[in-house]
Amino acid sequence: MNITLNNRPDTFEEESLTFEELIKKKNFTFKLIVTKLNGILVRKEERNETLIKDGDDVMVLHLVSGG
Amino acid sequence: MMNVKKIKSLLNKKTVGIAGCGGLGSNCAATLARIGVGKLIIADFDAIDASNLNRQYFFWEQIGQQKVFALADNIHYIDPEVEVIPHDMKLGPAEIISVFAECDIIVEAFDLAEMKQMIIETVSTEFPDKPLIIGNGMAGWGYSNSIKAEKLGKNIYVCGDGKSEISKILPPLAPRVGIVAHMQANTALNILLGNTNEDAL
Repeated sequence: MNITLNNRPDTFEEESLTFEELIKKKNFTFKLIVTKLNGILVRKEERNETLIKDGDDVMVLHLVSGG
Repeated sequence: MMNVKKIKSLLNKKTVGIAGCGGLGSNCAATLARIGVGKLIIADFDAIDASNLNRQYFFWEQIGQQKVFALADNIHYIDPEVEVIPHDMKLGPAEIISVFAECDIIVEAFDLAEMKQMIIETVSTEFPDKPLIIGNGMAGWGYSNSIKAEKLGKNIYVCGDGKSEISKILPPLAPRVGIVAHMQANTALNILLGNTNEDAL
């Protein structure tokens, strides 16, 4: 499948992935992230059952302390 | 193109919410006041400590004062016509919804990543169309060119280097915190003047 990940095109062999699988595949091991699928917030507890498919717009934002 | 008078008359009708009045919030608020944003809704629960003065828009004589009230005073010195609504409170989801409902834009200026996550989740759910400008990654010094502004999704703008987390050996200091605070203000100005195009960030 071809998706948009953080505004950039990305390709995966799989036809679909759960959000949790995508995070593991991309090695996003950050402690604090915010995830969105096609503009809609996906909460941490929803990442296991949220399916990412071809054409989806995915956002994974890693947050760091400071301000 | 617009002249200063036109810009000021547009901004005069706008309201910006600032969540947190530390290094990001105090500097961003002062800058937005200078360009003539009509109303600033500011919130923080903390008092000024001497250690804050290495980056925050406060003065030695204000140590011990609540940040929201001291910042309201400082904005008043810049431009007494700017309306400031200070909220001396700790912000959770319920407070964010009630305090910032009327804002055209919300600027996230918390220090803790957990709080940044909380406000993104709250605004995304409750105010999906309201622009939210995050400060993310600004500790240390140097590496000016690693700091950038990005638009993620429809309503989230992220300013910072995305990785420099504060620690004992990587403290937040005026120059880089100021760059990000002003980048947030510049992003807010751009949106308030009607430009949400990613290429113009």
